[in-house]
Amino acid sequence: MSGDSSFLAQPGRRAAIPIMVLLLLGFVAPLLAVVGFSFMPPRTFGLWHEPSLENYERIFSDNTYVSLLWSLGLASLTVVLLALICYPVAYGLVRVFGRWSTALTLLFTIPLIVSENIRLYGWVLFFIKGGVLPGTLKALFGVEMGDFLFTPAAVLFGMVYVYLPFMLFPMTLGIAMVPNQMREAARDLGATRWQVFREVELPLSTPGLMIGSLLTFVLAVGAIAEAKVLGGQRIIPITHDIEIAFTYAQNWPLGAALAVLLMLVVSVLVLTVLKRFDLDQILGKR
Amino acid sequence: MTAMSKPILQLKNVRKAFGTLAAVDDVNLSIGEGEFFTIVGPSGSGKTTLIRMLAGMEKPTSGDILLHDKRINDTPANERPTCMVFQSLALFPHRTVGQNIEFALKIRNVDPAVREKRARELMQQLHLPADYYSKNVTLCSGGERQRVALARALAFDPQILFFDEPLSAIDYKLRKTLEKELKDIHRETGKTFVYITHSLEEAMVMSDRIGVMRRGKLIQVGSPNEIYSTPRSRFVSEFMGDVNVIPVEANGAGSVRSQSLGASFKVPANSVEAKAQCLVVRPEFLRFLDTPAEAQNSLKGILYNEYALGSRIQYQVRVGEKVFLVEKLRQQPFKGKLDDEVLIGWDPENAILVADE
Repeated sequence: MSGDSSFLAQPGRRAAIPIMVLLLLGFVAPLLAVVGFSFMPPRTFGLWHEPSLENYERIFSDNTYVSLLWSLGLASLTVVLLALICYPVAYGLVRVFGRWSTALTLLFTIPLIVSENIRLYGWVLFFIKGGVLPGTLKALFGVEMGDFLFTPAAVLFGMVYVYLPFMLFPMTLGIAMVPNQMREAARDLGATRWQVFREVELPLSTPGLMIGSLLTFVLAVGAIAEAKVLGGQRIIPITHDIEIAFTYAQNWPLGAALAVLLMLVVSVLVLTVLKRFDLDQILGKR
Repeated sequence: MTAMSKPILQLKNVRKAFGTLAAVDDVNLSIGEGEFFTIVGPSGSGKTTLIRMLAGMEKPTSGDILLHDKRINDTPANERPTCMVFQSLALFPHRTVGQNIEFALKIRNVDPAVREKRARELMQQLHLPADYYSKNVTLCSGGERQRVALARALAFDPQILFFDEPLSAIDYKLRKTLEKELKDIHRETGKTFVYITHSLEEAMVMSDRIGVMRRGKLIQVGSPNEIYSTPRSRFVSEFMGDVNVIPVEANGAGSVRSQSLGASFKVPANSVEAKAQCLVVRPEFLRFLDTPAEAQNSLKGILYNEYALGSRIQYQVRVGEKVFLVEKLRQQPFKGKLDDEVLIGWDPENAILVADE
C-alpha cells in the first residue's frame, strides 16, 4: 500500500478526491452499468447473470441496425447541409461585421431558450395541411402543396434547423481567425478571389469547420424529437429504439447494447476525424 | 543609384481620405527604376496608407498613381506587377517554407519541378538552409521567417517590391544584419525597392533616397545625406536623431537671438528669415572650448552627465534650463568632470536655421 500512500501524499491529489469520487459515481459507474447490461440476457434486470452476446446478435438479425443507419445517415446529411448553409453565412458575417461577428453569432442561439419540442411543433403548424405555408400558397396562388410533413425530408429539415447554431458559431470563429493580411498577401501575390478562397481562406478556416461538424454530428446522431414530431414516426432513429427498449419493451439489456453500439460508432468516427486533422498544425501553433 | 534614372512609379497629387481625415494629403513623388526609396514617418503619418495605395490594397480618393507612365489607380493588387512584404509577414501557416515561396508560381500554374528549382535558388540566395524546403513555416525563427517572406515576394518577380516595416518586430542585432542583407539583395536583383519605416536609422542604412512624412504630407525628399545635413524643418531635424534645437528670432543680418538663453548667435547671413525659426546644431558639431575665442558662438554651462556611445561619448550640458548634447570621439582628450562649469561652442557653418514646424 506504499504506492497508495505516496499517491495521496500530494495535497493536490487529496483535494481532487471529492471530484474524482463524484465523477466515478456519476459518470463512470453508469457508463459501466450500461456496458454491463448490454451483455446480460434479454429482459433481465440484474447485472449478475452469465454474460452473453445475445443482444448484439439480435440487433443485426432483427433489422434493428437499420435505425442505427438512419441515425448515422441523417446526422451525416445534416452535417453536410449545415456546412453548405453556414459557411457562406459565417463568411458574410465575418466580412461585414469583422470582430463583432462572433458576438452576433450568439444571437442565433437565442431560439435555444425555447424548448426544442415547442419549436418543432411550431414547424408542424407551419407545414401541416392547411397550415401557414400550404394554406397561404393555396389561398393566394391556388397551388396545392405536396406532402412535406411526416417525410424523411421533414426530419432532415428539423435537424438542420435545430443544430444550425452549433455549426455557425465555431465556423464564424474559424473564419474570423483568418488574418486579413493573409488574404491581402495572397491577392498581392497574384491570386484571384477564388484562388484566395481555395488556397488560403478555406484551409485556414478548416478548424472551425471541423469543430462545427463534429459538434453537430454528435448532437444529430442523438436526435430523437425531430423524427417523432416532424417525421411522424415514419423513420425510427436509433435513439427512439433505445428509448423503447428501456421503457415500453422493458428490455434493458437490448437498450444498453444499442447504446453501446452507438457510442462505439460515434467515438470511432470522431477519433478518426480528430486524428486526421491536427488542429494545432492547421492553426499554426508549435 | 546613378543620378535619377527613368521614373518607374509616379504619384500625382495623391490623396486618401477616411471620412474627413486625410490620411495621405496631396503627395507628389517620382521613384526611379532600381531605386531604394524609403518613406519615413512616425506612426499615424500616413505612410502605411500610402504604401497600401501603391500596392493596390487601397484606392486613392483623388490624384493619380502611374506605373511606367500608365495610370494604375483602379488596377487591383493581383493584377499589378508589384509585391509587398507585410509587417506581419503574412506567411501562410498551413504551408511549408517551400510552398510559401512557390505560392505566386503555383497561382500562375508553373510546373512543380520548375517551381521547386526556383524556390531552392531563392532559399540559397537568402541563406536559408536547403532542408528547410519542407519545414513548416511556423517552426522557423523570426529572422528565417523574414527571409521566407522576402523569398516569397522575389519569386513573384515583381517590378517593384514594397516593404511595410517588416523589420520592426526583430531584435536590434538581427535587424542590423537583415538591413544590410536587404541592401545586398537590392544590388543583386536591381529591382526597385520602396520601403516604409518609422526608424530613420534603418532608412539611413539602406536607402538611396528618403521621403519624410508627417500628418499625411511628404515634407522633405532627399538623399540620406541631404536629409541629415540640411533638414528643412524642426520636425525633420529632430526625427534624424539627437539634435540641439534652439528657437530663435531674427536679429539683423547674419545674427539670431534666443530669448530663453538671452544670447545672440552668428549664422550664415542668407539663412535668416522673418518667420519663426529654429537653430539646429548636431551634437557632433558642438565642442568643448577653453576660451570663448575658440569658436564664433559659445555658451557657458554645467556638465551634467555623460553617455558612452561606443566609439563616441555624448555629454549632457545644462545651460540654465536648456539641455545641450555634445559629442566627441572617445580618443579625443577631455578633462571635464561632472558638475564642472564648461564652455561649449560651434561655428556658424555647422549650424542650420530651419522652419519652426
